[in-house]
Amino acid sequence: MTRYIFKASALCAGSLSIAQPAFAAAPGADAVSGGTAYILNTLLFMIGGFLVMWMAAGFAMLEAGLVRSKNTSTQCLKNIGLYSIAGLMFWVIGYNIAYPGDFNGYVGGFTGPYWMQDVGAADLGTGYSVASDWFFQMVFCATTASIVSGTVAERVKLVPFFIFVTVLTGVIYPIVVSWEWGAGFLDAMGFSDFAGSTLVHSTGGWAALVGAIIVGARTGRYGADGRVNVFPGSNIPLATLGTFILWLGWFGFNGASQLAMGTVGDVSDVSKIFVNTNMAAAGGVVTSIILTQLRYKKADVTMALNGALAGLVSITAEPLTPNVGSSILIGAIGGAIVVYTVPLLDKLKIDDVVGAIPVHLFAGIWGTLAVAFNTQSEVDGVTLSIAEQLGVQAIGVAATGVFVGIASAIIWFALQVTLGVRPSEETELSGLDIAEIGVEAYPEFARTA
Amino acid sequence: MKFIIAVIKPFKLDEVREALGAIGVAGMTVSEVKGFGRQKGQTEVYRGAEYSTNMLPKVKLEIAASDEVAQQVVETIQQTANTEAIGDGKIFVLDLASATRIRTGETGETAL
Repeated sequence: MTRYIFKASALCAGSLSIAQPAFAAAPGADAVSGGTAYILNTLLFMIGGFLVMWMAAGFAMLEAGLVRSKNTSTQCLKNIGLYSIAGLMFWVIGYNIAYPGDFNGYVGGFTGPYWMQDVGAADLGTGYSVASDWFFQMVFCATTASIVSGTVAERVKLVPFFIFVTVLTGVIYPIVVSWEWGAGFLDAMGFSDFAGSTLVHSTGGWAALVGAIIVGARTGRYGADGRVNVFPGSNIPLATLGTFILWLGWFGFNGASQLAMGTVGDVSDVSKIFVNTNMAAAGGVVTSIILTQLRYKKADVTMALNGALAGLVSITAEPLTPNVGSSILIGAIGGAIVVYTVPLLDKLKIDDVVGAIPVHLFAGIWGTLAVAFNTQSEVDGVTLSIAEQLGVQAIGVAATGVFVGIASAIIWFALQVTLGVRPSEETELSGLDIAEIGVEAYPEFARTA
Repeated sequence: MKFIIAVIKPFKLDEVREALGAIGVAGMTVSEVKGFGRQKGQTEVYRGAEYSTNMLPKVKLEIAASDEVAQQVVETIQQTANTEAIGDGKIFVLDLASATRIRTGETGETAL
């Protein structure tokens, strides 16, 4: 399902209803036309876009709360920096790589910046303002980069981190997007990823996983006897606020991925997506509370926060077609994945500070595969069976993993041998805030010293 | 003059402060501290990993008192901070060599 096809169909419905009034009798096809549809579609992009932009704030607060206080300023700077770099890179080369138009299906569109429209100009043929579409796609790009920063927090220097983000947002993420939303080879196979469980979340998750392996764990995190040394988060209320902000932003992420609001059917679908998105998150939270209570005799608040996000990531690949019950189940399984894979990563000595790998990668894979049970694509006029769809979904997951994994590994290794990725052990132990930023997040005696 | 250092359970602070006020203690310095004694720590779980917190939060009081009231201060703290449970804390008494009020330069017991 390309994002282009969605747009085209919405527009067709609009124009058909003028030419053939009888067609409009079908519920859902009842459409506004021309300028009104253009305005409503654009409005959906803009509302969705600023909601997803705000997810950058959610990630920043979640991460600021889950790192130790000596690294909090650094984490805040990384988050506002990566959001901005993502926007710049997506404009400079990213957008045209992601949406190359007619291309070989694997990589293309190296045509440089995306120039928007002239002042006052509007092309009714697109069905929406191209700038609103660019803005909406750009904030998705930033989300991918946010995922990486949480995993490799507290032990990566600022400059190499920003260089990695530059390549991720300018090239790696746009190429993956072109395969599906840009009408590339995955789209042709019938792969389906509505709002990006794989394209956005798993891409970020793979980059984070490879980063965590190459960069290594935080100093002192794993004892010689296999013991996990706990570094508790410094501010749980902040992490909770960040999670709620992300949850709010997700209504834009999934809802506006309907890409059209010019028909009665579209606006109803957006509403259903809101409900399914919310219920999946709720399912993830309740599951993680129950499982941590049973397993550890204490309900773990940070796992509940991760459970919400895992539920949201799980439903992102298909937030429209499942019924509410299925949505809750999809989210609940996402929550269970988090509770069981967070300790698993620790066993493998993969140090993921905020749990971004279980949330965005593992739940993202689950959500992508789960699409097959609710939606089957049509390829060359033939609808796929559930098994065939499952196979195509798995191919999409694997292709993304191989490409993002290898590309990320090359960048992380190149940074390691050139600039060096990690600060000195002494710097790491005293905290990155003093060495890299010079500003402590929670200064004491700042005025009297 | 004596210098009294008492380490007590945090929730007992208000009670102790009131009781000391009632016997005429005019000032004290209070800080939040962590430490351990026979009570040891406790086990917590964070993101699937168990860990023991060796240090428990306590409140430390520092009070300078004249020789006459020092014993009464110690008794008052001992009685009011007592829950008859492990971890109630300790009281230490030191000889105090001098005291100076910064504003006036007064020294000795008049500075307390």
